[in-house]
Amino acid sequence: MPTLKVNGRRVTVDSDATLLDAARAAGVEVPTLCQFDGLEPWGGCRLCVVDMSQANWDDDWFKVVTACNHPVDEGMTVITDSDRIIETRRVVLDLLLARCPDTPLIQQWALEYGIEQTSYTPNPDPDDCILCGLCTRVCDHIGVSAISSINRGWGREIAPPFNQPPPDCIGCLACAEICPTDCIPFETSNVRRKIWGKEFEMLRDPKTGEAVITKEQAEHFAERSGVPMTYFETSDRSKRREMAKTFEKLQVVK
Amino acid sequence: MRIESRDQFEALRKQSLEIETNRKQQVLVCCGTGCLASGSKEVAEAFADEIAKRSIDATVDLFVKSTGCHGFCERGPLVVLNPQGILYTKVKAGRVEEIVEKTLVGGEVIPGLLYKDPVSGERVEQYEEVPFYRHQVRVAMRNIGRIDPTDILDAIAQGSYSGVAKVLFEMSPHEVIGEVATSGQRGRGGAGFNTARKWQSCKDAPGERCYVLCNGDEGDPGAFKDRSIMEGDPHSVLEGMIIGAYAVQANEGWIYVRDEYPLAVVNLTIAIREARKYGLLGENIMGSGFDFDIKISRGGGAFVCGESSALMRSLEGKTGEPRAKYVHSTDKGLFDLPTVLNNVETWAGIGAIIERGGAWFASMGTERSKGTKAFSLVGKVKNTGLIELPMGTTLRHIIYDIGGGILKDRPFKAVQTGGPSGGCVPEELLDLPVDYEELTEAGSMMGSGGMIVMDDRTCMVDVSRFFLAFLEEESCGKCTPCREGLKQMLHVYGRIIAGKGQAGDLELIEKLAAGMQLGSLCELGKSAPNPVLSTLRYFRSEYEAHISDHACPAGVCRELTAFEIVEDGCDGCHLCYKACPVDAITGVVKELHVIDHEACISCGACLDVCPTDTIRTFPKHELEKAEVV
Repeated sequence: MPTLKVNGRRVTVDSDATLLDAARAAGVEVPTLCQFDGLEPWGGCRLCVVDMSQANWDDDWFKVVTACNHPVDEGMTVITDSDRIIETRRVVLDLLLARCPDTPLIQQWALEYGIEQTSYTPNPDPDDCILCGLCTRVCDHIGVSAISSINRGWGREIAPPFNQPPPDCIGCLACAEICPTDCIPFETSNVRRKIWGKEFEMLRDPKTGEAVITKEQAEHFAERSGVPMTYFETSDRSKRREMAKTFEKLQVVK
Repeated sequence: MRIESRDQFEALRKQSLEIETNRKQQVLVCCGTGCLASGSKEVAEAFADEIAKRSIDATVDLFVKSTGCHGFCERGPLVVLNPQGILYTKVKAGRVEEIVEKTLVGGEVIPGLLYKDPVSGERVEQYEEVPFYRHQVRVAMRNIGRIDPTDILDAIAQGSYSGVAKVLFEMSPHEVIGEVATSGQRGRGGAGFNTARKWQSCKDAPGERCYVLCNGDEGDPGAFKDRSIMEGDPHSVLEGMIIGAYAVQANEGWIYVRDEYPLAVVNLTIAIREARKYGLLGENIMGSGFDFDIKISRGGGAFVCGESSALMRSLEGKTGEPRAKYVHSTDKGLFDLPTVLNNVETWAGIGAIIERGGAWFASMGTERSKGTKAFSLVGKVKNTGLIELPMGTTLRHIIYDIGGGILKDRPFKAVQTGGPSGGCVPEELLDLPVDYEELTEAGSMMGSGGMIVMDDRTCMVDVSRFFLAFLEEESCGKCTPCREGLKQMLHVYGRIIAGKGQAGDLELIEKLAAGMQLGSLCELGKSAPNPVLSTLRYFRSEYEAHISDHACPAGVCRELTAFEIVEDGCDGCHLCYKACPVDAITGVVKELHVIDHEACISCGACLDVCPTDTIRTFPKHELEKAEVV
């Protein structure tokens, strides 16, 4: 278990931890926009940059790296608030504010770094997407890959293939749930669900009649887990009832 | 046909060399992409037709070879006659019969086809004596122009695959890495990482297999050295890769070629097929027991796929986007296995290093940058083309002695090295010896070896904007600083060039550049501010003139520049009248011509054609002042 110093605080972490884990363990806050525990780090937003020096480097030699995906090593020194780090984060937030001038999440972060208004040319046609890639990555993670990023550079956007309702989408809403700016629209009711232009019929609990899950999602999970479909069709309430019944039947042995 | 032992290889080599030396009269026709575009295929065909005719009277035992790029693309199509050693330039198919009749049969040189030295004005007969070639030292490009790239026996005759025979039968993998370490060779893709150290790391890394890759995704505007090597001598690349694979004990390799290089793909494919046929690739190479095979992967057209991690993602069939490289690709590269990725030129040099020894290679170059380096010399220089020189050669030597100086003998302004993310080096640094460190210190970089020469008619603000626009188009958009930063940088440049620059714009650019350098994910974004920062460093006054005086000192930026014809210089040649695309020039032959400022779109076409240099540029706002008066 390597020990390293974050802003002067000594901290010991697992050897497969990242600098972000180490900083958090040391109680140091590092801002992130594209990081999500449980998903592989991506290093896209560049907000989590820190200054890092390896044990065998010269004392004053630091390199700027992203904390979210840089592995820890014994004797490392990490500084999260040097002038150049703050300045780099400021540039990143200033740029994001130009892209998404009306997005509260970005406005708040920018303000925290002293930026009230962007220094750059604001996006004439803004939306709330900050291109953090969380939606596409969670979709990949679930094993669906229904959406991806299209185009490159400034024109990059998140879209289903050919901007048509994605045939692979299972309507699980993970993309919409994970989105830090809530910019993926969807509709869901007791009967129907709609996201990315694709409509889904909800499977309902046979006993309670509650909408539980889309048919596509149940099938996807059943296939991947080997658990029978009926499990996914059962609502949480039904499951609890089943369990209560089981408990009632149990005989307590004295 | 398949070579089963070293003896068989040596016998084949001897036999091929004999065939080569027995050819009494050889005609080498350059069939690189540049010369092909100028019609060299027709020239080669015309020679072939002549052979057919001549074989009847059997006066000349003629052998025509279509070779790779000779480098002197400016003067193509090029034809070299051996053993005479005569170079004919700008040869058209129609003159082939004359060449055969006069030179080959009659032994008489045709002066009109010889190269004319722009400096001395003299005609140069011998290929070796042409200044463009005389100063060069060719290692990676040693066989280009000498061999027919589609004929493996021709390559073997010139020494190809001898290095493979040497390492497989005489050297241990450890010794191979040692020899390359002695050479001091560094990566020719631009970053300049030590080749031997890269190989050693890969060899030491744990993993059930490892891979060797060749980066042929050359995409910098104006760079074509890798293309010429892959087209003109694909065998040198294969040879280097086989040696590298043996050193790290890899059995599989890929060449990632830019799909816009069709001839390179064809020639590499033929070379791989031939090498397999002769047992130089595949299982049990030359009967040594070592297996290694190479596949070609055609790039999908994104510039960023030349970046190592993006290239590997692309090879894996994923989106070609870079990922953070805190773990080296020599530890976890392609499919997360140890991988050696080297540039085309790096691989091409390996065979020569093994054959002639690392010490020979290290005897050339500077202390920290050994050997030779290929450059694509383009822009406002008389002799454009592909050259290879020892490291440490000065920019002045390259531009003036090999390049023949600036077109129309105009003043030199800057040379842009290292591709779009390189920097512009000004006149006061012309004596800079070119190596990795010196260029970096000057605010530029070695990069792809591209050299774009600029004259006084170049606006440095406009040039920087051009490179930024290229990079903005090619940024993958994964990380914020590169995606948003390049876009915003262009916004600022757009207003400066339009004369609407504001106080504080230069500081804003500098702040943004620093953020991009520190914050971007890959080298594309990190190095994108180079052209900006180097021009700000050496040509800051030009920026200031745009912002505070609303003037473009070079007379390039259209919205700031007006043109007029100086009265006493114009001899009424009428050329500008014909060149003007909007009919803004009036005047009759042999009389003074006049530019209508209202109609003029400031394109500069008139200035470019004016033989008497009597068209001058001035800031557009002076026109408005004149109107007020």
